[in-house]
Amino acid sequence: MERIPILQMGEFLLVTIQVDMHDRLALALQDDLTNKIVSAGARGVLIDISSLEIVDSFIGRMLANIAAMSRVLDAATVVVGMKPAVAITLVELGLSLPGVRTALNVEKGMDLLRAAGGRAGGPAKH
Amino acid sequence: MVPQSTETLPIRISSDIVMVRQVVRARAAEIGLSLVDQTKIVTAASELARNTLEHGKGGECQVEVLNSTGRAGLRLSFSDRGPGIPDLTVAMRDGFTTGNGLGLGLSGSKRLVNDFEIATKVGEGTRVTVTRWK
Repeated sequence: MERIPILQMGEFLLVTIQVDMHDRLALALQDDLTNKIVSAGARGVLIDISSLEIVDSFIGRMLANIAAMSRVLDAATVVVGMKPAVAITLVELGLSLPGVRTALNVEKGMDLLRAAGGRAGGPAKH
Repeated sequence: MVPQSTETLPIRISSDIVMVRQVVRARAAEIGLSLVDQTKIVTAASELARNTLEHGKGGECQVEVLNSTGRAGLRLSFSDRGPGIPDLTVAMRDGFTTGNGLGLGLSGSKRLVNDFEIATKVGEGTRVTVTRWK
């Protein structure tokens, strides 16, 4: 089965979703990321969705799950690059991605992760 | 109203939802919907196709390109022969779910389209028809 690649950059994991994901692929990514956070001892996850043309409730739930699971594993998650049309549609659909931190682009997302990574065992910020 | 073109797509497995999204996206672009409106109808299609697969146990999606007195539109009909919906008022409510979703499928997709119709009968199936006009 095809998989979405997860890149490691120091203590951060980087995922760029470039395909129109079917539901099983989204679930596989959720599992793979959770495992990789533990095996790599990652402190942060950056998910780039700038190629995604839609985010429906299934993908929205996947993003919220990844954020929640990584929080439990003491890693921060930032979703970056959402297209304006996707943001408009998402909110109208009724999804506001609670608990998911977002940034406009990869650079700003990395800044957020670095800031979150500096907490050194302190309580997770939300 | 006679549609200018009609396509019927099967919804049997999870990757069929991707196919529905792609065909709807292509037709929405062809009739000149704005990018935001394309995104809305494709997202609605994705939600409704997943309902057809998960709650209706599979079915099909009919994609029709309309042209009513010079106004272009895209009409999608999702039909299944599944268990039907016993209480439509409850099913249309935000947050109502029988599966493991967020319960936004029906209520959310209704907000993304111009016309929304649903016909359902317990034991016979469900048909949801949505239209987005240019």
